[in-house]
Amino acid sequence: MALFLGAEAMLFAGLISAFQIVKNGVTGGLWPPPGQPRLPVLETAINTSALMASGVVLFLAWKAFKADGAMAAKGKLLATIVLGGFFVLFQGWEWVQLLGQGLTIRSSQMGGFFYLMVGTHALHAVGALYGLIVAYRRLLEGNLTREVFATVALFWYFVVGVWPVLYWQVYL
Amino acid sequence: MAEHAAEHALDDHGGGHDDHHDVSFFHKYLWSTDHKMIAKQYMFTGMGMAVIGAFMAYVFRMQLAFPGSEVPGFGAVSPGTYNALVTNHGTIMIFWVAMPVLIAGFGNLLIPLMVGADDMVFPRLNRLSYQIFLVSAVVIIYSLFVQGGGFGGAWTAYPPLSAKAEYNLTPQGASLWVIAVGLEFVAFLMGGINFITTAMNSRAPGMKAFDVPIVIWFLVIASILFMASVGPLIAGAVMLLFDQNLGTGFFDPNQGGDPVLWQHLFWFFGHPEVYVVLLPAMGITADVMCVFARKKMFAQKIVIYTAIATGVLSFFVWAHHQFISGIDPRMANVFTVTTVLISIPIAEMCFVYIATLYGGSIRLTTPMLWALAFVAEFLIGGVTGIFLGASGTDIYFHDTYFVLAHFHYTFFPIAIIGTLAGITYWFPKMFGRMMDETLGKIHFWGTIIPFNMTFIPLFFLGAAGQHRRIYDYSNFPELAVPWMQNLRILATVSLIVMLVFQVVFLFNFIKSALSGPKASKNPWQATTLEWTTATAEPGHGNWPPDAMPNCYRGPYEYANPGREDDFWPQDEPPADTEEQA
Repeated sequence: MALFLGAEAMLFAGLISAFQIVKNGVTGGLWPPPGQPRLPVLETAINTSALMASGVVLFLAWKAFKADGAMAAKGKLLATIVLGGFFVLFQGWEWVQLLGQGLTIRSSQMGGFFYLMVGTHALHAVGALYGLIVAYRRLLEGNLTREVFATVALFWYFVVGVWPVLYWQVYL
Repeated sequence: MAEHAAEHALDDHGGGHDDHHDVSFFHKYLWSTDHKMIAKQYMFTGMGMAVIGAFMAYVFRMQLAFPGSEVPGFGAVSPGTYNALVTNHGTIMIFWVAMPVLIAGFGNLLIPLMVGADDMVFPRLNRLSYQIFLVSAVVIIYSLFVQGGGFGGAWTAYPPLSAKAEYNLTPQGASLWVIAVGLEFVAFLMGGINFITTAMNSRAPGMKAFDVPIVIWFLVIASILFMASVGPLIAGAVMLLFDQNLGTGFFDPNQGGDPVLWQHLFWFFGHPEVYVVLLPAMGITADVMCVFARKKMFAQKIVIYTAIATGVLSFFVWAHHQFISGIDPRMANVFTVTTVLISIPIAEMCFVYIATLYGGSIRLTTPMLWALAFVAEFLIGGVTGIFLGASGTDIYFHDTYFVLAHFHYTFFPIAIIGTLAGITYWFPKMFGRMMDETLGKIHFWGTIIPFNMTFIPLFFLGAAGQHRRIYDYSNFPELAVPWMQNLRILATVSLIVMLVFQVVFLFNFIKSALSGPKASKNPWQATTLEWTTATAEPGHGNWPPDAMPNCYRGPYEYANPGREDDFWPQDEPPADTEEQA
């Protein structure tokens, strides 16, 4: 898993550096491009903190799992899933708003990169969320192993860890 | 159905060795989780793709030698078809021949056997890796037959040509090309995870890092390089696909995009990729040379450190492909320095190989001939590369046949010569039978001599200014002069001779696999663990569960003065009375 995430990190590094090259190469330094809606910095900050909180809660769940067994982690794992789900849904709602305001994947370089990078992250978030749900179901069935939990948690930490970088790069 | 097969394969794996008698053809050959079967699947697919790639080379070389005439077996070549042929020849030979055979084929075959494991760490991931690869191969072949024809924007797929259908005129071919390449990378990503984990976690008891044979070291380093470099290219491939189909303009200057951006993303992967395929070929060569020179590897540890250094350095040379793409000349200087620097470790390795041969009692078997030819031919490729790495000379040579000849002098030794050294050497392990030495040597000389006669003329043509990717030179009076046309014909005729000699290999391969003389357990008297299995061609599980090998010493213990035999297998326990240090 760690090896796979190393390759994943390079994928995001590639996207970010591509974004930087185009952003800095814009004639006249006009960024964000004129005539395009502004990205919702504040709302996304709230959303970002929800995602960060989910990472912290997952860490607590992992500690409880190690110390007191699977059932002790139950509530915290569920809270992680709820927070993560909130993040993804909020992000989807934000996309709908932006599309309404005229920011599409075709409308400008900013739109293209916004949907490409945030969309790549969203795919990872959905995948990792699915992993968390599988882990939760196994927990209820009583056969969640330490390895499975560690793998799923690592993937979710990756999703949580990449997001602030994207937020800083794309939104700010 | 799929579920059932997966369960079955799992049981099969748990069931240990030699358990295949009640398994259907489908399960045995398409759903196997045995690393040796997956290795054969990769190799056979790669060989099949090589036949397709070679046929393409035949068609476009015929067009260059005899422009406008009907090519026997194909028909007249239109400019669009010519572009599609050269593009897909390059793509197929690199991504569907060199990669699957060298990395996936030999990696799957050798890593578990040589580190003493019964299979890969994730056998089902391994099977999935091959299946995705097979789908990608089908997609790339299918892309040649869609409306508009196969993609013709060169294997590097530079935008804006590759990004917009109104430029490349192959709306479906271009997208399918990107999808096929992307799928293939996903497949190798899975394979790479498996290789690294297996070599790190499943080594035989007692096998320390430097007891691992060089070929395994190099395969693992190559896998790490691949995994670290492929991310940006996948990002670029997604962006290219969006440009083609969703109307974005990441690479289109009309929409504020940057076409050179693709070149950065592509070559950031593309140059490490050279070392991804080079290192396994060099590893195979090293092992074959030690066995047939009956000598220890010269400076074994230093070679490994050198390979790691090469791997790191290979991430800092990519922009030497872009000296005339309008990059900052100061940056070109930096990349000239790093590029010339990277020739030092590779040259060092070539010297180490020669030093390994020095004083050995050399046995000139077919695998050894291929290994020697690898070093000799690769040196030509390496030396001509220096002219291209230096930005001053590259501005003249860029996109000429000099580049093309240089490239083929590196990749032909890697993908064909190195591979053949490996196949002829490990053939007894794969099929339990020996190959015919006489036919092997006929094939060797029938390949090496025409190979040089094909590509040496291209150096001269390139230096005379012959540009690449031109369908017919008759419209360029300076390039259509008789001596140049004669060299083109010479290259084409040599190529055809070389292709004809491959029939000898295929005949030898099939005949020996079916009815060659049975191989003994250790036909080459080698020391490494793959030759210690119970039978010459081990079943699933490699070793019986109660007789897994232990490892007591390094992989190259040949001609030890204190011993009667001139080789000392890695798994032979030290004798009690032995006093040697």
